[in-house]
Amino acid sequence: MHEMKFELRGITKRFPGVVANDNVNLSVETGEVLALIGENGAGKSTLMNVLYGLYRADEGELLIDDQATQFSSPADAIAAGIGMVHQHFMLVPVMTVAENVVLGVEPTGRFGSLDIDEARRMVREVSDRYHLELDPDAIIEDLSVGVRQRVEIVKVLMRDAKIVVFDEPTAVLTPSEILEFFGIVRSLVAAGRGVIFITHKLKEALEIADRINVLRRGKVVGEALPKNTSEAAIAEMMVGRPVLLVVDKAPATPREAMLTLAEVSVVDPDGRTVVDGASFEVRVGEIVCVAGVQGNGQTELVEAIAGLRRVASGSISLGGKNITGDSPRERHAAGMAHIPEDRQRQGLVTELSITENLVLTRYHDAEFSQGIRMKWGAAAAKSQELVTAYDIRTTDPSQLASTLSGGNQQKVIVARELSRDIRVVVAAQPTRGIDVGSIEYVHAQIVKERDAGRAVLVVSTELDEVMSLADRVLVMYRGKIVADVDPKKVSHMDIGLYMAGSRPTAAVA
Amino acid sequence: MSTSAAPGLVVSAEQRKRARSLGIAYLVLAVVCFTIFTRRTGDAGFRISESSQFTLPAQGFGWALGIVLIAIAAGQLLRGFGKLSNVVLALATAAFFMSFMAWAAAGDSFSFVGMLQDTVSRSVPITLGAVAGILSERSGVINISIEGMLLASACTSAIGASLTNLWLGTLVGILTGVALAAILAVMSIRYKVDQVIVGFAINFFALGVTSFISFRVLVPNRDTMNNLLPVMPIRIPLFADIPFFGQILFDQTIFVYFSFATVALATWGLYRTKWGLRTRAIGEYPRAAGTLGVDVNKLRYRNLLLAGAVAGIGGAWWPIGIVGRFDQNITNGRGFIALAAVIFGRWHPVGALCGALVFALAEAVRLKIGNFDTGIPSEFLIMAPYLVTLVVVAGFIGASRAPKAAGQPYEDQ
Repeated sequence: MHEMKFELRGITKRFPGVVANDNVNLSVETGEVLALIGENGAGKSTLMNVLYGLYRADEGELLIDDQATQFSSPADAIAAGIGMVHQHFMLVPVMTVAENVVLGVEPTGRFGSLDIDEARRMVREVSDRYHLELDPDAIIEDLSVGVRQRVEIVKVLMRDAKIVVFDEPTAVLTPSEILEFFGIVRSLVAAGRGVIFITHKLKEALEIADRINVLRRGKVVGEALPKNTSEAAIAEMMVGRPVLLVVDKAPATPREAMLTLAEVSVVDPDGRTVVDGASFEVRVGEIVCVAGVQGNGQTELVEAIAGLRRVASGSISLGGKNITGDSPRERHAAGMAHIPEDRQRQGLVTELSITENLVLTRYHDAEFSQGIRMKWGAAAAKSQELVTAYDIRTTDPSQLASTLSGGNQQKVIVARELSRDIRVVVAAQPTRGIDVGSIEYVHAQIVKERDAGRAVLVVSTELDEVMSLADRVLVMYRGKIVADVDPKKVSHMDIGLYMAGSRPTAAVA
Repeated sequence: MSTSAAPGLVVSAEQRKRARSLGIAYLVLAVVCFTIFTRRTGDAGFRISESSQFTLPAQGFGWALGIVLIAIAAGQLLRGFGKLSNVVLALATAAFFMSFMAWAAAGDSFSFVGMLQDTVSRSVPITLGAVAGILSERSGVINISIEGMLLASACTSAIGASLTNLWLGTLVGILTGVALAAILAVMSIRYKVDQVIVGFAINFFALGVTSFISFRVLVPNRDTMNNLLPVMPIRIPLFADIPFFGQILFDQTIFVYFSFATVALATWGLYRTKWGLRTRAIGEYPRAAGTLGVDVNKLRYRNLLLAGAVAGIGGAWWPIGIVGRFDQNITNGRGFIALAAVIFGRWHPVGALCGALVFALAEAVRLKIGNFDTGIPSEFLIMAPYLVTLVVVAGFIGASRAPKAAGQPYEDQ
């Protein structure tokens, strides 16, 4: 297949109040893997949308083989040989693999009728050629995440993409699926395609890329070759200062049990058992992490503990008192802090001010209200105090919470939840989608809570986070707790196997 | 999300629940048989052609059916009918309906075949309205303005046909439907206004304007502007001679044949063509289609205008297909019943046709029963089609699944 060079020169894209991409230059050729690494909000997604024709750049140009070109829609990008595998899969769940793959390039027979046999044949041809096993007639919603990604890749290859862009492709994969995915990337490169790999995970960029470009605040701030660099060096480029990649903490000294779950099961509205007989305890002075691939019941488990979801059977107790039937406010009063998984929908009311959000769980306390009247003066004073103490970057706490960056929104939640008199912290995905600097901060706060004598339960799908933060790791698979291990005694790979529902051969649990 | 957890359990739990409620429903029907259908004595004559009829003894049939229904209920509750349960449901419903008619017509006789012929004719606007709804919602736009489209095009086609001829009148109806659909399209696609609110606005707009036209223009000029001879039925040779069914299906106006053809074409189009694949995709997950180079909003515009045209023909049915004039609010909620047919038919044209026939039957029965001395007040009978709508939608709405993206405007990122 013939070679191609794709180049972005001087790309600038502005949104009201923000320069998302600032004079970005990068190029990729067939036969190589370019990793584009940067924090959330660094402008990676904007850049990808520009090069895929979803956005028009304000300045700068796209060049294919040194010829200037323009994409005004994804159709143009596809025609030019650019393919994109989106982070959130662009697949219609109720349709078959073949229907999804041929959408937009449908083979037709008479009167515009769809030639579904031809579509099946096209899928088989591509999947055979690249050893991407697929059943053309399977319905997307029945497939696992890993297989769905394969469908996306076949979709791109079917359109004969010479440059394939992967946007955060490993976010939803298990460790063994990630290895398999890297194999696919290597075979694409071997077949003469070019790959742009967008990620925020340092390890993966170092492992798979030929070259690494680092994006910070919309600018390319550096380029590195994996063999000449280190995780720490790239992280520093990403953040702009040296960062601590490992959580700095002393060994745990767990004491009495604080949060106890006994045979807790949760059934969703469709009648599926999503949490299946979970039993564990979280002790004072330890951080327990629940690992697992997204969608294995972690969300429901946390909601059950926080009182947002009814428990079908089993009991939950806090400090020896049964709280199974208590309301969220009663649980709050009993000393539970909850940092929810979905910051913007559950953690904050983004259309309220920062101050209002900071007193959202305590507006009824005598400190902030008297009868039906709010004491806004007291709330503003408290808010100013928390903004300073928790390093929330804002010029004015009376601004809407929606004006804050993801990391600062998370700090608002952390400040609200941890600044009370609490006994147990339940945090779901506490660092999802926030910048490395904020991650470091949130981790430090969690460790501080542990050392101050709270019981801490963290749910995370980021295995690196689990391994560095946890004193004890529980693995959840299909609603069941399938492992309870010491992170110092097991490897990443072992946990990965638990996450995939199998068991390491030399089990250490 | 958590779809992976124990799927086997789900199905059986859900099935058990459905089986139990079906069993209870059979018991309720049996009670109705015993307490009401056995009250009247005498034979009911069901005429099935000009010269022949069959008779059912109202009381005896009521008793017999009641007993059979109890047996069915027992069977359903104790062990279920497995694959046959839908067949059993259909047979039981049909028998119950016959018993009801026998009760109503006890000691009298009526044209059974005429009633069914009327049913098919009356299904036309509901079917076409439902196909318009399917075209819109499958593309991701909620369309509750079908009522308004039917009403407005009924009005304009009546005027058009009175002033010119039936063909041009129908064309005017089509253009009216398209114009209202264009308003819905621009408001919901271009300006991203809440689709339900736009739909409501269109409905009230159509009701207001057509009422005004009716009082101020049509009533004073009744003979010139609101007076036409509706189309005659077309007998299809050979097919129309099939006993019983021939008269019901093949001795109808062109509107009926068009409505069947539309259902067939829409089904083929949605499931067997490139257009259909793209349409279903933009109704479920428009971004998937958009990132593959499909112009989502353009396709939505096209499909909405097409829906408007289909609804326009549905509206023209009133003046041109049956009544011969326009009256204020002549559609009287049929557009909403069409939406119920969409849900009943699970967004599938053939299913929607079945739904439309059920609702049309309720209406035809209501008209027929008015002739008998059943003691049911006529006001209550007028409620019948809506009552059936309510029961049917309540019974089915949980089980069906709307296109996921219906109601959500699409933006290019």
